[in-house]
Amino acid sequence: MTDAAATLGKKAAADEAQGMDYLMTLPRKVVTVYVPLICFLIVLLFPFYWMAVTTLKPNDELYDYARFNPFWIVNPTLRNIEKLLFETDYPAWLLNTMVVTAAATALALFASVLAAYAIQRLRFKGAQTVGLLIFLAYLVPPSILFIPLATMVFGLGLYDTQWALILTYPTFLIPFCTWLLMGYFKSIPYELEECALIDGATRIQILWKITLPLAVPGLISAGIFAFTLSWNEFIYALAFISSSENKTVPVGVLTQLVEGDVYHWGSLMAGALFGSLPVAVLYSFFVEYYVSSLTGAVKE
Amino acid sequence: MVSIADRLPAVSSPTALGRLLDNRIFLSFTFMLPAAVLLLLFLTYPLGLGVWLGFTDTKIGRAGVWIGIDNYLSLFQDSVFRLSVFNTILYTTVATVGKFALGLWLAILLNNHLPFKGFIRAIVLLPWIVPTVLSAIAFWWIYDSQFSIISYTLQRLGLIDQYINFLGEPNPARASVIAANIWRGIPFVAICLLAGLQTISPSLYEAAALDGATHWQRFRHVTVPMLMPILSVVLTFSVIFTFTDFQLIYAITRGGPVNTTHLMATLAFQRAIPGGQLGEGAAIATAMIPFLIASTLISYYGIQRRKWQQGGRDD
Repeated sequence: MTDAAATLGKKAAADEAQGMDYLMTLPRKVVTVYVPLICFLIVLLFPFYWMAVTTLKPNDELYDYARFNPFWIVNPTLRNIEKLLFETDYPAWLLNTMVVTAAATALALFASVLAAYAIQRLRFKGAQTVGLLIFLAYLVPPSILFIPLATMVFGLGLYDTQWALILTYPTFLIPFCTWLLMGYFKSIPYELEECALIDGATRIQILWKITLPLAVPGLISAGIFAFTLSWNEFIYALAFISSSENKTVPVGVLTQLVEGDVYHWGSLMAGALFGSLPVAVLYSFFVEYYVSSLTGAVKE
Repeated sequence: MVSIADRLPAVSSPTALGRLLDNRIFLSFTFMLPAAVLLLLFLTYPLGLGVWLGFTDTKIGRAGVWIGIDNYLSLFQDSVFRLSVFNTILYTTVATVGKFALGLWLAILLNNHLPFKGFIRAIVLLPWIVPTVLSAIAFWWIYDSQFSIISYTLQRLGLIDQYINFLGEPNPARASVIAANIWRGIPFVAICLLAGLQTISPSLYEAAALDGATHWQRFRHVTVPMLMPILSVVLTFSVIFTFTDFQLIYAITRGGPVNTTHLMATLAFQRAIPGGQLGEGAAIATAMIPFLIASTLISYYGIQRRKWQQGGRDD
């Protein structure tokens, strides 16, 4: 279905040159397209600008709107970032998040590749049903699982360890990745595998030497998506981790940087900004993969 | 074709292990094992365990006993729980309508010929990419009662006299968290619907225009029906994840002021983890399941899915 949609998309894009765009005059386009689009962009991006501005402001500017225009910085300072990096556990949170994210992503990708290949290519009895069940597993939200999972994590002695997160994150990663990879495997011609079978290759050789190299774009899509989802995960990390040095970035910034009723907005915003940057940077390198996995998954 | 290949003797794998690994049934089982173990152990089992916990009085550090539907009976008497159900439905409805109206508009805008189209599409997705909690903290600061940038701007424009107390009053607080949810959801909806829009051939619009269809008629009778299949999937996802939302509320209001913005998920967390009443929390979480199934069925089957809309044959 993905490739059908892709060809349709290409055809539509080719048609577009002769579309009805020529009927639109420039002033009309400015009012109906550019002005609303710029409004959208301002609203969608303003919170990031505000994060950055707040991070770089010294405290006397931050809380004095009468003398300083809040939209601009007069004397930028790195004090808030310095405080975040050297006076809090932020580096530890960053390291924890990276370890948990990398391990959970690797585990989920390994399980998903095998499962997707089995469902899509080995076509065992009931493969369709298993595929459907995996899709349904994606619809089970973490909010209804975290309480029983918390008791399980406690019972297994994993409470307050990274293993609690590494083992639970794949529950929402595997369904998505499997689903995505099934679509990719489907688009690889089966004839290639048949040739290899006739030449005497084993199934494992086929998966390793033929299917996987062809599915690299799918693996990248699934990998970066899993990475982002685990990096952003919040409720499990909040419920299963209690000590500050074991927390992940989203949980640490929210729970440890607020001391009583005093909000240090400068360092809070610095924490938010620096927690967002890794995913934003990764995203900027792989935009096309993100978009294709996002839309591909929905279309399937 | 498969059967011919399978019936051939396995030339290159004479060992017993090699033959076993070429056995389709055995291999399928082995390949499914890692995913199945992880999902059964950490998804299916907790799902059942959660339903069971809802019928017990388990507390942190103490195994519970079966108390039947007592948790649910006491929850129905609990005004905070009833308020959280109302809030969840309100939050889901308003946020979903907002996300889809604005997301569809943004998708249609992005479907035009634009300079830097790829770049614009990339930055539009940013709110959806960054961790929700971290952008929610930014909203928390934007909604600050004393230093809100929105209040400041509105006051400078002469639209309001006093700073708005965004998070201190029930209704402004609800509106604020809904606005933050819409902000975060627009990119997802817009990019998915844009992918749907790009598959609609412009010749359909030309044909409609030649037949004298107005802008609205072209939207209503060409765009909407062609988008329906993808719309129904995106809607299902969006409804489920808005209904069970936790992060935004927890980060911005923690259910306050005085429990008026609690959603079922945040209330379940508050009762179960800091409150220690695991049984009651599990009952609240379980109470979400019927709502989830109902809303999924409505959004999935409520909108007709026809195969011809995706280029397949109708059957």
